[in-house]
Amino acid sequence: MTVTTALRASALVFVVALLQAGVVSSTFVFGGAPDLLLVVIVALGLLRGSVAGAVFGFAGGLVVDLVTLDTLGVTSLVLTLAGFWAGRYGETTGRGRALAPVLATGVITVLAGFFGVLLHYMLGETVVAHQALVTALIPAVFLNVLLAYPVFRLVRRLAGGRLVLEPSTEVELVV
Amino acid sequence: MPRQRSARPAALGVNVRRLPATSLSQRSSGPLRRRLVVGSLVLLALVLITFSFRSEAGGSMSGVQSAGATVLRPFAVGVDRIAQPFRDAYNWTESLFHARSEAARLRKENSSLRQEAIQRQFALQENRFLRKQLHYVGSASFPHDYNGVSAAVIDRPAGAFTQAIVVDVGSDRGIRVDDPVVSSDGNLVGLVTRVTSGSARIQLLTDQEAAASAIDVRTRATGIVRHARGTRETLVLDRVRKEDVIKEGDSIVTAGWRTNGLTSVYPKGIPIGEVTSVGQSDTDFFQQVQIDPYVDFGALDAVLVLVPKSRNPSQ
Repeated sequence: MTVTTALRASALVFVVALLQAGVVSSTFVFGGAPDLLLVVIVALGLLRGSVAGAVFGFAGGLVVDLVTLDTLGVTSLVLTLAGFWAGRYGETTGRGRALAPVLATGVITVLAGFFGVLLHYMLGETVVAHQALVTALIPAVFLNVLLAYPVFRLVRRLAGGRLVLEPSTEVELVV
Repeated sequence: MPRQRSARPAALGVNVRRLPATSLSQRSSGPLRRRLVVGSLVLLALVLITFSFRSEAGGSMSGVQSAGATVLRPFAVGVDRIAQPFRDAYNWTESLFHARSEAARLRKENSSLRQEAIQRQFALQENRFLRKQLHYVGSASFPHDYNGVSAAVIDRPAGAFTQAIVVDVGSDRGIRVDDPVVSSDGNLVGLVTRVTSGSARIQLLTDQEAAASAIDVRTRATGIVRHARGTRETLVLDRVRKEDVIKEGDSIVTAGWRTNGLTSVYPKGIPIGEVTSVGQSDTDFFQQVQIDPYVDFGALDAVLVLVPKSRNPSQ
């Protein structure tokens, strides 16, 4: 990743994190709010690889936690793992698949939802499981999946490149 | 001997070209670096969570967080201001979408509330009426030889020559023909003229054929109350002698006579109305006394049928 691309991606994550904390999280559609930052992190993970996904996830989560004065590190941890998993998916089984952004976004939204509830529960915070996992999560998955492809295209335009493929041992058949 | 770059396996029968091999250190450095980075980030996040969770208000971690939030605040405010028009537009659109369903819901609620209000108004009126009736039944003016049977008006037969109402009690409640009927506050209404098991027809005092012997409370002058010709709700006190001095404002009540074993159908002392005018001509034998009835015959909703206590229920 070049310095320019890294800067663009950082700026994108920063702005989207601020938008998520201030605007998007309070924009309710069908009872749930989309997680634009998660969608962007998944797209970055798919496009720039697991390491970049994890780093941007951590940074974006930290911004959100700082702005919302939430427990520092919670959103970072969730988004780090989300970016990392998206990156690994893009580097391995998801490569070349047209539906990879949509699929990855949907699955990671569900996993992030459950993991977030678990983390908050472990921290002793009051969590209404039905509210978090049914009332809010189902519309959030739907909205994130809707956003996945346009956001993926936008992120590819702004931050770059192609899917980073994991170097692997291969043979080529010459017929 | 040059290194063989391609092989021809006997089984497949195709040429297999090896890709340029990478060294073991190169191949393993990618995953190692990845694991290191992710592990470090996860560890850092956990450390942040731990410190943030365990730190008290005003502690070092909250100071760090506060400083970070302070640094980010201008950006957050900026983003918020930029996003505000879009948020307003979204809210406006959303409210537009919800307006129809909201209007339908409010209309439904309004209709329901209106019905509820009407029902309450009816209940209130009924309550007032029943209180009034209860007060009258318990008062000294209530004829003690009678029981009051409360009845709701269910019909008002229309006709130029009849003034009557139909009530929802009948012979099953002990009602018989010629039972007197009063309003909830005890003013004379009329007489039962027809009875079925569950309903009764009441001839109003304003009917052409209705008549009741009456007395002026102040002068004790007697007469017969009938309807006034040409009017619907005005009564006259007929057959009042010229020497009786009746004045406007005098109260007229039922006479309730009893003679030679015969008794009036109306008990004594039931208010009928108030004298509004008194006139007499030289050629007439009796005075012309007009009475304004106490009862508003056009607005009767419920009445009280007076059933004699002496009546045997099997009669």
